[in-house]
Amino acid sequence: MSTVLIIGATSAIAHETSRKFASEGADLLLVARNGAKLQANADDLTARGAYGIRTFILDANDFARHSELLDAVRSAFPDGLNYALVAYGTLPDQAEVAADAAAAADAFTTNATSVIALLTHLAGLFEEQKHGAIAVISSVAGDRGRPSNYVYGAAKGAVSLFTQGLRARMAKHNVSVTTIKPGFVDTPMTAEVPKNPLFADPSDVGVRIHKAMKKGQDIVYVPAFWRGVMGVIRAIPERIFKRLDL
Amino acid sequence: MGKPTAASQRAFQSWGRYPKSTPERIIAVRDRMNLPKLGKDDSTVLAYGQGRSYGDVCLNNGATLLGTSALDRFIDFNKDTGLLRAEAGTTLSDVLSQTIPQGWFLPVSPGTKFVSLGGAIANDIHGKNHHVAGTFGRHVSRFELVRSSGEKLVCSPKENSELFNATIAGLGLTGLITWIELQMKPIESDQIDVITTRFRSLDEFLALSAEANKESPYVVAWIDGLRSEGRGLLMQGDHAPAGPDASLPSFEADQKARISTPFDAPGWLLNPVSIRAFNAAYFRKQTTNIKRDRVHYNPYFYPLDAIRDWNRGYGKRGLLQYQCVVPFDDSNVTVQELLSRIAESGAGSFLAVIKMFGDIPSPGMMSFPRPGITLALDFANKGEKTIQLFHSLDAIVRQAGGAVYPAKDACMSAESFRAYFPRWEEFSIYIDPAFSSSFWRRVTS
Repeated sequence: MSTVLIIGATSAIAHETSRKFASEGADLLLVARNGAKLQANADDLTARGAYGIRTFILDANDFARHSELLDAVRSAFPDGLNYALVAYGTLPDQAEVAADAAAAADAFTTNATSVIALLTHLAGLFEEQKHGAIAVISSVAGDRGRPSNYVYGAAKGAVSLFTQGLRARMAKHNVSVTTIKPGFVDTPMTAEVPKNPLFADPSDVGVRIHKAMKKGQDIVYVPAFWRGVMGVIRAIPERIFKRLDL
Repeated sequence: MGKPTAASQRAFQSWGRYPKSTPERIIAVRDRMNLPKLGKDDSTVLAYGQGRSYGDVCLNNGATLLGTSALDRFIDFNKDTGLLRAEAGTTLSDVLSQTIPQGWFLPVSPGTKFVSLGGAIANDIHGKNHHVAGTFGRHVSRFELVRSSGEKLVCSPKENSELFNATIAGLGLTGLITWIELQMKPIESDQIDVITTRFRSLDEFLALSAEANKESPYVVAWIDGLRSEGRGLLMQGDHAPAGPDASLPSFEADQKARISTPFDAPGWLLNPVSIRAFNAAYFRKQTTNIKRDRVHYNPYFYPLDAIRDWNRGYGKRGLLQYQCVVPFDDSNVTVQELLSRIAESGAGSFLAVIKMFGDIPSPGMMSFPRPGITLALDFANKGEKTIQLFHSLDAIVRQAGGAVYPAKDACMSAESFRAYFPRWEEFSIYIDPAFSSSFWRRVTS
């Protein structure tokens, strides 16, 4: 039986990933801000076959409580943690963060700084136990800064770079670090974004993340065609790119 | 919530893809404890689950649809008693994949498992076991109904019983169903024992079916819709007992469709010649009069689910289904008349199904099944010609005192609807003022 930590467990993608673990009879510790939503997801995972479910209410921006979470993980899983997924994030309104410095800093804190802080705590635990798999949801938006969402993109870019470095550090300790880069996914986060055929279903994304964590893959684009799309976008020379309205 | 794009509007159609519909707004419902305001502005709302009803009961043209596909959490499942509580957008497929390994099956199942629990209540669906189990609504012990006033009401045969009776078969018009509690039925294996018997006339079907209804919980027949004499195959089945070749799977992943229909088939593909050839081959595929098989529940209950988007096989104009029930008195004469009328119209149907409903009443005041013979046929939509045929079938059904199934309908007139569902006025007082549908506007205009 595997032990699983999901941070941001009420996100649609995280919940779909949790369902895959639950169906295998895993023991899960779910972390999120909203207790009622978290409990609804916990009940769902219990009915779907989870061996055990624990919940921990945390606002990831409350840095002072990060070590408390780590203590909870250690006491919940005294025999070790097999899988950790960091899945939370917010999609800020670009017009707002372009004009308001405090809002831009907040968006960066939620999407990058707090993720980096949590991963630093987790890295210590995994380095000690010398096995396990970490996965972090970054985004294709982190592959190149675009005028339409560069604050979100910068935060995700920071997460992608941080996890790249962490991956090399943890490889020596038999711990995999997977950077997940989803494209558009039909979730509450993108509720205000007009839908198009490129939007992926969160359950397909969850299945892919579960598989990537099991295999300990490095960088995973979901769906896979985004790797090609972002390859093209990264290859456009800056003097042309800056004139494009992307 | 943003304005829907053309692409997302295309996704919110009904299974028959007729009539075409353009919702003004689509609101995804994701959290049963934090619902969007129902019916803001002056636009009406309607829950849209999986879009598996054929006509327009799931459509709200020019107004708002509440997409419930993300409202798919289990709340509780008791492995010992089989009592399931789940959010209304959960599909029957999802339910089965969790409950079958624990030894529990749906008490009533339609011909596809890709429908939502909420849709199963709203249409009060029926299955091959109607003669012993009645409709889906009979097995629902409770559900939560949220009204546009903000009231959240738990409805059961004891609490808010009038709204319970109005919501079962209430076509989604009484409010938003957020969760339901359902009593599942115990099984010992995931296999079904099937006996298939050939019949060559309607009278033979009636005699065989009456006998089979006494012997088996599942009985349904395929009938050759191109010929008026009523030849076909009667299939009776039951869950196989546990044994060396039949047991429960340890965990079953959701069955993915193996074949898909990636594009719209050309309209000429289903023509009288191809359908005649299919029907003749199907009738003769078994060489003996009686055949016994043991099959997995998927091909037995959900043969068409193996072909994703099979409705696209009917081409761009879509398909129209006609399902009626006619009372037992003179039912042989009436069904004969319907088959003759269809045969002489030349509009071929290759998915024609006939079954004897039982007399177990549904709590739903607008429920479709009633004692008698039900006949269901698929037709390619040939426009006015098909609609005229349906109106002439309606005349026969009305004369006989029968009814047509709203979940499959896109054509019945307001006059026919009122004849089929005499309690519609009593029902209409329970409709939530913020809720409406394309179907309801059509049959009450």
